[in-house]
Amino acid sequence: MTETPLNGEFDEWLDSIEDGEGYYVECDEGHGWLPPRRVCPDCGSRELHDEPLPDSGEIVTHTTITVATPQFEDDAPYVTAIADFGPVSITGLVRGVDPEDVSMEDVVGIEVGERETTGERAVVFRPR
Amino acid sequence: MTDPRIAGAGVTQFGKHPERTGRDLFADAGLEALDQSGVDPDDVDALYYGNFMGELAEHQGHQGPLMAEAIGVDAPATRLEAACASAGAAVREAVKTLRNGEADVVVVGGAERMTNIGTAAATDALAIAADDLFEVRAGMTFPGAYALMARAYFEAYGGSHEDLAHVAVKNHEHALVNEHAQIQKEITVEDAMEAPTIAAPLGLYDSCPITDGAAAAVLTTDEYAEEHGLDAPVAISGTGQGGDNLALQDRPHLARTPAADKAAEEAYADAGIDADDVDVAEVHDCFTIAEVLAIESLGLFEPGEGIHAATEGTTSRHGEMPVNLSGGLKAKGHPVGATGVAQLATIAWVLDGTHPRADAVPDGTVGVAHNAGGTVASTTVHVLEVQE
Repeated sequence: MTETPLNGEFDEWLDSIEDGEGYYVECDEGHGWLPPRRVCPDCGSRELHDEPLPDSGEIVTHTTITVATPQFEDDAPYVTAIADFGPVSITGLVRGVDPEDVSMEDVVGIEVGERETTGERAVVFRPR
Repeated sequence: MTDPRIAGAGVTQFGKHPERTGRDLFADAGLEALDQSGVDPDDVDALYYGNFMGELAEHQGHQGPLMAEAIGVDAPATRLEAACASAGAAVREAVKTLRNGEADVVVVGGAERMTNIGTAAATDALAIAADDLFEVRAGMTFPGAYALMARAYFEAYGGSHEDLAHVAVKNHEHALVNEHAQIQKEITVEDAMEAPTIAAPLGLYDSCPITDGAAAAVLTTDEYAEEHGLDAPVAISGTGQGGDNLALQDRPHLARTPAADKAAEEAYADAGIDADDVDVAEVHDCFTIAEVLAIESLGLFEPGEGIHAATEGTTSRHGEMPVNLSGGLKAKGHPVGATGVAQLATIAWVLDGTHPRADAVPDGTVGVAHNAGGTVASTTVHVLEVQE
């Protein structure tokens, strides 16, 4: 059986979150991004270094998705949100709260969960 | 440098044609455009063709030469892909090619076959215009992405789902006389508000349908049109394109579309006009909130004001600034790779007085077409003007 190849630094980044050692990459100007990045799209700097991801973020927008793609069929309805972690914002599935109770500015932590439909890894936010 | 002329345009009936191949759809539109233009197909120097999901829907890549063949044109043919802005990008290439003297006649167009794979697979295919690692794997769908933008917009500027419902009602009403439209059905604000939710806060009537269709236009240089006595009163006087971070999470503002701001600024400067000169606009309303964002980026409304435009009637065919007289993507339909050229055709027909809604702007001389890809990470804006 052939194993599906991993997506390099993206999967390493998920590993880091699973290990409780999440990080982001930052240039000297303080622009933050998620890996893989070779250059800062804002200022063009190629001097990027790893920084620890803040422990919690704040939801800046969210949606409850009822019509899903086949890869999320069994997950629906589910909440996808963008959370602001300061230097970076991250998109993830919000779990551990009723979809109707998800609000702007909710404070969430980040972890790695599984999609119910496929069992593949996914970024998950939980209320703090 | 003179402005390229629109010598002819053709658009298929947009709708559900699952059994029709992309090449058949494009032939329909392309041959109509050639016939309408009066241009000899042997004079065509190039084809620029937009298509987004041909590999997924038809197992067909390399569509440029296939589509040239389908319309009986023996010329270099290139497919452009910029998600839902693929045809807008094709128009831009055509304009540049004609302006720099490399061609006298260019056919520009696009086609998309979508309904043959069903709603779930089409939703999946459309999602690949988003960032696969950071968005699609977090469950983002296209309605979901625009729902995130809609909620961010409401948070930043106010407005409500009811305001968005007015966009849908307006565009459905505009499409009632458009024989190319997929949906010719009047709806009420209540219908839109009560429709099933797809991705909260957006519902079924906030979303454009899944569509099969094609569009094409024949563009020539001013000199060619004059030499051949073509009836081509409408010219493309400005072109602009802007880009943005692919993923929403990497953008500083979720309630604005700076790629479209840049495209509009460039196109207006190119044409030597400003937003006040625009008489009519076709904008990329794949979702109702997208129309709001578009009319603000085009400078037709201030940031935060666009949400009220449909509610107040300003963007209806009776209003001061008619938007999407075709019915927009919302009612006309959105065969992704064809949309940018269908918008171009609509504006040309409105300005030359042959569109069934042309009476909304009887003295109109300037129109704009705004075509956006993904969550507006790619945008083209074209300015069309009557130049008798």
